Amino acid sequence: MKIVAVCGMGIGTSVLLKMNAEKVLAKLGIDADVEAADMGVARGAAQTAEIVLTSEELAEELGDVPAEVIIINNFFDLEEITEKLTAAVE
Amino acid sequence: MALNLAEALSSIETRAEAADWRAAIRLAGAGLVAGGATTDAYTDEMIDAVEKHGPYIVIAPGVALAHSRPSPAVLTGGLSWVSLATPVEFGNKANDPVTLVIGLAAKDHDAHLQVMRALAGVLSDGPAMKRLAVADTADEVRAVLGDLAAAAA
Repeated sequence: MKIVAVCGMGIGTSVLLKMNAEKVLAKLGIDADVEAADMGVARGAAQTAEIVLTSEELAEELGDVPAEVIIINNFFDLEEITEKLTAAVE
Repeated sequence: MALNLAEALSSIETRAEAADWRAAIRLAGAGLVAGGATTDAYTDEMIDAVEKHGPYIVIAPGVALAHSRPSPAVLTGGLSWVSLATPVEFGNKANDPVTLVIGLAAKDHDAHLQVMRALAGVLSDGPAMKRLAVADTADEVRAVLGDLAAAAA
């Protein structure tokens, strides 16, 4: 499974989101490749990914993509990430 | 082999006063400049990033990660820590108001991953964040971060 973590710059928030998403995926036993990307790269990457993780503001900016877009409010709340990823994978 | 985040910080400011989100980011930018991590131009770039993409940098309740992309204004890269005496609204529905602004500058997309891992560890540690939120001095912040690194080692 391919997952893209998106932020505006590709060096800060998306990297943190990727790290926490990987923690959650490992715990859930889901085999997935998580990529951190900035908005420009993400528009391309989101065409082939199954899931996009991002914040509410950036989800609006990203617009319509084939991937399922999951909005994360608190990037450090592993429970929130677990809950939303589980719901998306099922 | 957890990295001590305190050693990665260019500067630490506590109980700072900022009138609005721009002023709060300016403080974080000034910390990066003072530590030799960036030039003043990077501070403007961090503000431009929020103007362009919105307040998404408020990534957890009360915490803003101010940053822009690698640019000539990044000299060595680094992190700055600014805790605010009075919380500031960034316009983020889920996570306002902000009490901690972390300034981040990186030379490229990979160089800072170890620092980011240490930062992620600190920010996802609820009890540590509570202690950090009430730290009055830079030394207290360093002490808490040092304890965390020691505990993770």
